[in-house]
Amino acid sequence: MTDTIQKVKNLSIGFRSKKGEEILILKNISTNIKKGETVGIVGESGSGKSTLALAMMGYVKHGLYTIGGECQFNSSNLLKMKSKDLEKIRGRKIAMIPQNAGQALTPNLKIGYQIDEALQLHSDLDEKEREKKISELLNKVRLPSPETIALRYPHELSGGQQQRVAVAMALAGTPDLLLLDEPTTGLDVTTQAHVLELLNFIAKDTGTSMVYVSHDLGAIAQVSDRIIVMYSGEIVLEGPSRDILKRPIHPYTHGLLKSIPKLSLAGLPESMPGTQPQPGTIQSGCSFFDRCNFSDENCKNNSPKLEFLKDLNTSVRCFNYEKLVNESQASQTVNKIKNKSQDKEILNLSEVSISYAKQKLLDQIFNRISDDNPTVKDININIKKGETIALVGESGSGKSTILKSIAGLLRTKDGLIRFDENRNLSSDLKERDPNDLRIIQLIFQNPDESLNPNHTVEEIIAQPLKLYFGLKGEELKKNIIDLLQKVRLGEFYTSRYPRQLSGGEKQRVAVARAFAAKPDIILCDEVTSALDVSVQAAVLNLLQQLKEDFGTTYIFVSHDLAVVRAISDRVAVLYQGRLCEVGPSNDVYKFPSHPYTEVLLGAVLEPDPDIKPKLVAEDIVEERPPEKGCSFQGRCSRIVGDICKKEIPPWQLTDSGNAIRCHIPIKELQKEQF
Amino acid sequence: MKLDNIYKEEKKSAFAKLSEIIITMASRPSGLIGLSILVFHIILAFISPYIAPHDFKAIDPTLMLQAPSAEYWFGTDDLGRDVFTRTILGGRTALTITFFGSLIALLWGGLLGIFCGLVGGKIDDVVMRIVDAFLSIPWILAMLLIVSLLGTSTEVLIPALGFFYGKGIVRVARAATHDVIAKDFIVSARARGHSNFSIIWNEIIPNVRDAILVEGAMRWSWMLLGFSSLSFLGFGVSPPTPDWGLMISNARGLMSFAYWAVIAPIVGLSSLIIGINLTADAFAKALGIDRSTKAPV
Repeated sequence: MTDTIQKVKNLSIGFRSKKGEEILILKNISTNIKKGETVGIVGESGSGKSTLALAMMGYVKHGLYTIGGECQFNSSNLLKMKSKDLEKIRGRKIAMIPQNAGQALTPNLKIGYQIDEALQLHSDLDEKEREKKISELLNKVRLPSPETIALRYPHELSGGQQQRVAVAMALAGTPDLLLLDEPTTGLDVTTQAHVLELLNFIAKDTGTSMVYVSHDLGAIAQVSDRIIVMYSGEIVLEGPSRDILKRPIHPYTHGLLKSIPKLSLAGLPESMPGTQPQPGTIQSGCSFFDRCNFSDENCKNNSPKLEFLKDLNTSVRCFNYEKLVNESQASQTVNKIKNKSQDKEILNLSEVSISYAKQKLLDQIFNRISDDNPTVKDININIKKGETIALVGESGSGKSTILKSIAGLLRTKDGLIRFDENRNLSSDLKERDPNDLRIIQLIFQNPDESLNPNHTVEEIIAQPLKLYFGLKGEELKKNIIDLLQKVRLGEFYTSRYPRQLSGGEKQRVAVARAFAAKPDIILCDEVTSALDVSVQAAVLNLLQQLKEDFGTTYIFVSHDLAVVRAISDRVAVLYQGRLCEVGPSNDVYKFPSHPYTEVLLGAVLEPDPDIKPKLVAEDIVEERPPEKGCSFQGRCSRIVGDICKKEIPPWQLTDSGNAIRCHIPIKELQKEQF
Repeated sequence: MKLDNIYKEEKKSAFAKLSEIIITMASRPSGLIGLSILVFHIILAFISPYIAPHDFKAIDPTLMLQAPSAEYWFGTDDLGRDVFTRTILGGRTALTITFFGSLIALLWGGLLGIFCGLVGGKIDDVVMRIVDAFLSIPWILAMLLIVSLLGTSTEVLIPALGFFYGKGIVRVARAATHDVIAKDFIVSARARGHSNFSIIWNEIIPNVRDAILVEGAMRWSWMLLGFSSLSFLGFGVSPPTPDWGLMISNARGLMSFAYWAVIAPIVGLSSLIIGINLTADAFAKALGIDRSTKAPV
């Protein structure tokens, strides 16, 4: 099977700036997609990977235009084709699976209707055949009971199921080429692993070629035969996926793989300096020159060409790749972090329950919350001064909800939040005094939203300084510059607006703002998930450095288990708002004892073709926690009997200090591990 | 760092920002036309008392309904008054009243809308239902009631117009605030413990200002039309103050043989409304607010 089905030849796509300059988004891209092959396109945001994938189905985003080159499909250039002819190809020959299936499905049409629509457009089947085909397709994407799913509306399905429906719709036209644009990015770890496994199966089963676009090397490693690494609109490395992941011979890929935290390694990965250049700013030389550890004078002045190395079967765009050929990827170095937590307790949550239930009239009068089965229940955590504790779990596990209550943004139903062993903190902002507010600061997931777009960096950082310390004039300015330097940003950043900063810089400003209050505890809500991998490592390193300097305590919430492994001293695993396991992160990651922890860790995708995710449990999504018994009973593969459904499991302590909530005796749990 | 070259944009003074916006507005043909018309009217409003060739209230029965001539450019009306003088002075009245009326509408409508959006809950519910109730009353009837009770002086007209045209702004300001309020920087300010006033002033107003200003500019042209309608019905400013609505109303019956007396105020009124509308549109586009949002194709 060596027939080429899509041929991209010298493709350049760009736009014209206000001054009339031509700015290139894609620079002279050439590649071939063979029949039955899965190609992964990987790169950071802004590298042009989505633009390339869209061009492969003859689509150029509004505002961009083709400057040169072509995309050949069946020997006709898609980019010059009339829209009528394109309609015949799209869906039937080339299909696309979008990132967010929830938004791609029409909310007021039934699933079956939408698939039928795709079938009517892209096949010549009659009504009877289509009926059969719909359940066949739904079966193929492994949706349970196709007959009932077909009658549901998109909002009645979970994210993973919606993504499966999108796959089914794309398969409706039996396409030769499937384009997938970050198809698993918004999904939970376990769901992600299941969807990828399904895609792998479909690729083998139908012989469809796939182009898989993602920033996540872990996901790419699981599905693709060949990987294209893009940087700043150019292909910098292209080759068989195993070789690229095991022996990356381009400095960018090398650095990228090093900056990804791994489950097997505790400690923070090395970060890559700098950021990707903006389109149109590189005049001469290699686009990666600024950030490269292997660069020399030659790289500054001449741009390298994509060179095909026959013995490695790889194309690389670098003058100095030979320096990297011998260096193996296994030499990943991590900055081990020391657990500097003291014995002093700084925050204690006892019996905390939080409910989102709407207050009824009677409850409003008595100012109480009545809900027998609250979203978050019985949370008991003891947080020591100076430690980093991570709350992990899938979406809906209540980890952010707990953070909100600690910050005073959401009233708890029951339970106490105690600070410094003796002070009770109310979960209602209005009842906290300014000092109570100062000691706990928040850093948010998306710096685009957490920084006011109409304030300069100076105004943003000045706010807590003015509010809590009443600083003015020179002193205020001095403090702001001091904080900016602490987060490795220069003085000249003061007059910038957030829109003039890169994602990593914005997050640094948010970190500076949190530290401006001189807090004891900082709540980090998915602080790195909106950032690119290379930037993520830098922000994590910064947070760790600041923690060591100031002795701050972090409560870290993340869905990315590898990131949690890298930065945290202790981990609390949550399922449906109930604690499953709490313990030192080393032990939890080495010996995941609770069945849910095992499922969660097993599903993590690593950028290594040899480590396959273990799919232990089904990826069913439960809407509400069960009324009685263990919270994980619905998905647990080790249910011991009725006891799991009736009684809340007791806490059990392991020798290493993990606390596990399960009916199965500890000894047995540890025995059954992989 | 190379990035410095791209990000040379620094914090600008308010004046620099304003002039940049005006230049962007004028770079569009429609914006340029709108701006020129508006600026022409504003300049005329300022200088009209000094350049008016005749006394606007001098009645002369011998000069009744004269056709346009070298002495009386736009002719005379049924009382022998110079139509040119009355037209340029009429613009002055209309612009002054509606400009200050719009300011009042912007202030109360904008602030109340932002407050409702921020506070939410019961207060928001009650206030918005009251606003809705007022929206359902035909404003012209309510205006007639107010004017007949309190008279037609400028001191009554400006706040009354400002009140009736501010209701719509409440809704826009509230909706714009709702967009901003869910953002994390507001949550962050709340969690730090800033007061409501500080959150409104520092966090919300800079982000909803543009939307409210554009809405205010649109309301200005509607208010102009409304004010002229009132005058037309005889409930605007009292004679002999020159006013377009009043002039149109007076000369309407004589249109068949003295068209000049009615055409001049009509041209004045419609050109000003078109000018304000075009300017408001260009203003919205210069600020990056797309009033005609289309689905991406």
